[in-house]
Amino acid sequence: MPSTQDSGRFGEYGGRYVSEILMPNLIALERAWREVVPTAAFQRDLDDLLTHYVGRPSPLYLAERLTAHAGGARIWLKREDLNHTGAHKINNCVGQVLLARHMGKTRIIAETGAGQHGVATATVAARFGMPCHVFMGAEDIERQRLNVFKMRLLGATVIPVTGGSKTLKDAMNEAMRDWVRHVDDTFYVIGSAAGPHPYPAMVRDFQSIIGREAREQFLARNDGRLPDALVACVGGGSNAIGLFHPFLEDASVRIVGVEAAGDGVDTPRHAATLVAGTVGVLHGAKTYLLQDGEGQITETHSVSAGLDYPGVGPEHAWLKDSGRVEYVSVTDAGALEAFALCSELEGIIPALESSHAIAHAIPLARELGPGKDLVVNLSGRGDKDTHTVARVRGMEI
Amino acid sequence: MASRIQACFERLRASGRRAFVPYVTAGDPDLATTAAVLDALAANGADVIELGVPFSDPMADGPVIQAAMTRALAAGATFAGVLDVVRGFRARHPDTPVVLFGYLNPLYRQGLAAACARVADAGADGLLVVDLPPEEAAQLTVHARAAGLDFIALFTPTSDDARIAAIAEHASGFAYYVSMGGVTGDTLSDFTTVAARAARVREISGLPVCVGFGIRSGADAARVGAFADGAVVGTALVEAIHAAPRGGEAAAAGALTASFRAALDA
Repeated sequence: MPSTQDSGRFGEYGGRYVSEILMPNLIALERAWREVVPTAAFQRDLDDLLTHYVGRPSPLYLAERLTAHAGGARIWLKREDLNHTGAHKINNCVGQVLLARHMGKTRIIAETGAGQHGVATATVAARFGMPCHVFMGAEDIERQRLNVFKMRLLGATVIPVTGGSKTLKDAMNEAMRDWVRHVDDTFYVIGSAAGPHPYPAMVRDFQSIIGREAREQFLARNDGRLPDALVACVGGGSNAIGLFHPFLEDASVRIVGVEAAGDGVDTPRHAATLVAGTVGVLHGAKTYLLQDGEGQITETHSVSAGLDYPGVGPEHAWLKDSGRVEYVSVTDAGALEAFALCSELEGIIPALESSHAIAHAIPLARELGPGKDLVVNLSGRGDKDTHTVARVRGMEI
Repeated sequence: MASRIQACFERLRASGRRAFVPYVTAGDPDLATTAAVLDALAANGADVIELGVPFSDPMADGPVIQAAMTRALAAGATFAGVLDVVRGFRARHPDTPVVLFGYLNPLYRQGLAAACARVADAGADGLLVVDLPPEEAAQLTVHARAAGLDFIALFTPTSDDARIAAIAEHASGFAYYVSMGGVTGDTLSDFTTVAARAARVREISGLPVCVGFGIRSGADAARVGAFADGAVVGTALVEAIHAAPRGGEAAAAGALTASFRAALDA
């Protein structure tokens, strides 16, 4: 499959739809990404951090009881939940903060929705002694108080965003405004494979460690055979593209991205951008969006805050149109059921985001049948979601 | 044929005056009020009017204009409604150019060719799209040109000579020089640097240069008028319209416009 990253576009998607003021910065970032990241010195620093700080490689775990429950293909879990800070997010933060240091930037900013990317960024910024400002919707700050406290423990400044719907998309708007004001000294660590070029390709590259490891691990344990299918949840899409990318040229591997259907894609309360959205331009890229007929971005809903975003990374838009990746959706109820199932059957409490992928993996395993194998990206652990799940079950903890 | 914007700057040059370019957000607090506000701007000395098209995610705007856009959308402003305001204004004011100022997505959603045709048909003269740098501009400018619309491009302090030239390739009407690395509503302090950069933009682009962002007082406008071809004032006007009692918006906007006009002409 040809990569179109050199032009900053994936087919018609991607690009750089930002104010002129940011263009020289994006061009400088692209140059650093191309020139610095491939060097032996950078890769050595990155490998060292991924191994000894993040705890990579993450295991590829055969989930026997989930497999038995599904009654079909074997279900393997790529355990990104075991990374430092509990999710895949840190893979990218380590890479971008290292790049920021190489570029001589002294201040880190980030946006966060559920707080996972904010915590991961604050963590790496603390590791390198860099001041870190995290923009977070006022609404999300209320909903995710634990992560807000963690970021503060890590020395970051959490800045409440009160504009718009007070959620992730508004935090991203505000981070962009901050970057416009501090172009010289500031590095903006975007948390998903979204935003203007080079972010989608750069985040994809930093997250592709997930797929490279999974491929190697699976081949080694299955006599050089590839898995039959991959499943990952898609909000902005960084964990999914990280797992998928190293398999895109393996035509025998079926690849499925799972979006958040919230109350259902036939209701207004969902976040299934690729399944139910239309093409537009937001946050610096052309991609699928949830928008109304006037081109106004609509508010989204998912029980999982990390999937609650009205856009999606442009490479996913391209993979959808090309047909290489199938995109489906799972409702809040389906994700909550998978959350419970994985906890009870495997002793692994998955993030609600990852629960969407598990929820789809079960019927897919049945469809594929015995003798086949599918790999699910368990992108994060569910500790952060226990309050939400308790509330849904009518309990206060 | 010279565009209405070109003709306007030629008149200004002939009379040795600077352009006063007010910005207001369409539909804040409602579209009927915007129509009255535009009349007041024209009556009190506005040379070119920038009319903000509301967008749910105005990434390049500060809190004041962002809030105005949120209010406009909540009050039901639509693209068609904004064009109706332009159409009415054009019927009453045949010579005052109107530039629609906004973000790409509301245009993209209806198809860029169709959007340009509709905008021109309503009697607007140009488009300024803040999230459309020269690398992405061609997809719009081809249709804007065909519809007879000027494409007003943003030049910024981070634009070096090569970028100024690249931006200028798409630009017509006038050059909008963003005075600082900031968002609308921030404060401008370094006029000397702005003067030098604005001169460079004029030299390379061959376009009249209007300076915007951070011009909050008549004194700011006068200082900008000393070196630029015009001054853009947005946030201060949007604040005045929001602070005015209901029904008093046009009077407030008119009074503020008159004060900027006087400062520029002094």
